[in-house]
Amino acid sequence: MSTETLTPAPAPPRTAPDQRRQPIRGRGNGLDIVKWVAVAAGVIVAVVPFIWMIGTSFRSEADLFAHPASLLPTQWTLHGYKGVWDQLPFLRLLLNTVVFAGVTTILTLLFDSMCAYALARLDFRGKTIAFWLVLVTLMVPFQVTLIPVFIELFHLGWLNTYHGLIIPRATSAFGIFLFRQFFISIPRELDEAARLDGASHFKIYRSIILPLSKPAIATVALLNFTALWNDLLWPLVVTSSPDLQTLPAGLALFGGQHVTDHAVLLAGAVISLIPIAIAFFLAQRFFVAGISNTGLK
Amino acid sequence: MTTGDTTWGVKATPHARTPARTPRWRSRPAWLFMAPSLAILGVFVLWPIVRSFWYSLHTWTVGATDQPFIGFDNYVQLTRDPQFWGALLHTVEITAVSVLLLLVIGFFLALALASENLVTRIIRSAFFFPYVVSLTAAGLVWRFLLDPNIGLVDGLSKALGWGAPAWLASTTLALPTIIFVSIWKNVGFVMIILVAGLKGVPEDQYEAARLDGASRGQLVRFVTLPALRPTILFVSVILTIQSLQLFDLVYVMTGGGPLFTTDTLVTLLFRDGFVNFQTGYASAISWVLFLLIVIVSALQLKFFRYNDVD
Repeated sequence: MSTETLTPAPAPPRTAPDQRRQPIRGRGNGLDIVKWVAVAAGVIVAVVPFIWMIGTSFRSEADLFAHPASLLPTQWTLHGYKGVWDQLPFLRLLLNTVVFAGVTTILTLLFDSMCAYALARLDFRGKTIAFWLVLVTLMVPFQVTLIPVFIELFHLGWLNTYHGLIIPRATSAFGIFLFRQFFISIPRELDEAARLDGASHFKIYRSIILPLSKPAIATVALLNFTALWNDLLWPLVVTSSPDLQTLPAGLALFGGQHVTDHAVLLAGAVISLIPIAIAFFLAQRFFVAGISNTGLK
Repeated sequence: MTTGDTTWGVKATPHARTPARTPRWRSRPAWLFMAPSLAILGVFVLWPIVRSFWYSLHTWTVGATDQPFIGFDNYVQLTRDPQFWGALLHTVEITAVSVLLLLVIGFFLALALASENLVTRIIRSAFFFPYVVSLTAAGLVWRFLLDPNIGLVDGLSKALGWGAPAWLASTTLALPTIIFVSIWKNVGFVMIILVAGLKGVPEDQYEAARLDGASRGQLVRFVTLPALRPTILFVSVILTIQSLQLFDLVYVMTGGGPLFTTDTLVTLLFRDGFVNFQTGYASAISWVLFLLIVIVSALQLKFFRYNDVD
């Protein structure tokens, strides 16, 4: 991806809904029926796994084995949601995930926006180099650095610690990029005026740039939090002790070879989806704006 | 940014002193602002990139005192390793099939659901939701859904008298099943981006083509597709990179099995690097992955004639 392809719309959510029109208007015909039948089938495939997942988290093993063709429980039971707390270190996993995803996202927002402020609004020697370094980290796949980072953390004694989990992920080249593009679009006259009033750079960054950048902050926060909350490979590599594991790693490991009770694991999975589902339904426009406006012109 | 500097300079030129002071004012705290990010990227990304390549030239084992330098032997070793070729083949298969189908299905969905009303918005959310949930949860649910004893899929199949295939335990069915779930997971992402792209196609192009008597099929072929080319390029590059790095889904659903038939480059890397602790060898795999991503992305840019896009 080149620099040119990543240009943000200054206020993504506001511009999108204005253009309500169908690109291609069609008259109703046989093709339309086929089209809507196909879409309906697709919706069923998209949605049924979640309905079955929630239903099965309320089922007993006996019910599950007796009626595998049933979408919903024949008898509802809460034992999956009780089992989650007894059979898994679930509270710990949940807490770890909240700390990991939450703290990392907050640090990322701070560090990325600061770095982007310098790249977008300050002139200094070495800026091109700094920008290229950020670009390189964006292009090299995460797996290339995974092993050396693991060894670094091993030597630092940071494996199985919160800081080992958080600090290496506390900035993201993608976030720097997105913030930079956004900050560039803010008129420079604003900080010139503030500067004449004697404001420091930190003051301009905090009281002018950040308040104007709420859509960008929301987008980076949401995309980052979701990615971290869902991440499996990184927590799996950095943590081996259940005291530090996150939900995806915990579910993957406990779901691995010795599944004793499907309802328990699915109850865990359902709970792990709740924050993402809430974020999705409250802020879907930021998801969509973030995903569709970051890469497009 | 020279542009920003000159706009300021232009405003201030009447008094020749000011522009000279500008750069100094702008430069002082820059490195301070960038310090946290650059420190983290330097220590945990840039330096590790160098280290990774260095490891790949050694028989490196974690904790060993002697790490002999062996040049490119790890890479030569890879070419003789059937597990590596298997993983490479599966990675390419999963990527090629899923990206192609995702583009086709996603494009169809985008065309069908591009209009803005409550129904299309709800349907789009339904397709998009699987994209935001974790691959771990999705993989877990699909593993259970496809279970021959308790899964809904085989339950329904048995009820209809079609038998109950062991999807993920079968050496022939496991890989197509992974591809299917990967499409299920990502199709909403493709749709959302293409819907956004469709909104950027100028209405007058459709009008002009309609006046020339173009059919619906011709509108799609000669107006929509050319206009969406940059968008489709972007989506396919992103999808390809994601897919070449596939790990979570395979790890949760099959662990690379049965008999390594769903092993991907990253599951192999994980096993060699973090289970067998063959650091040098696993590092070599990561560089092959990097190379593969660079080559495939370059081919895609060429295929979509990226340079022709304005």
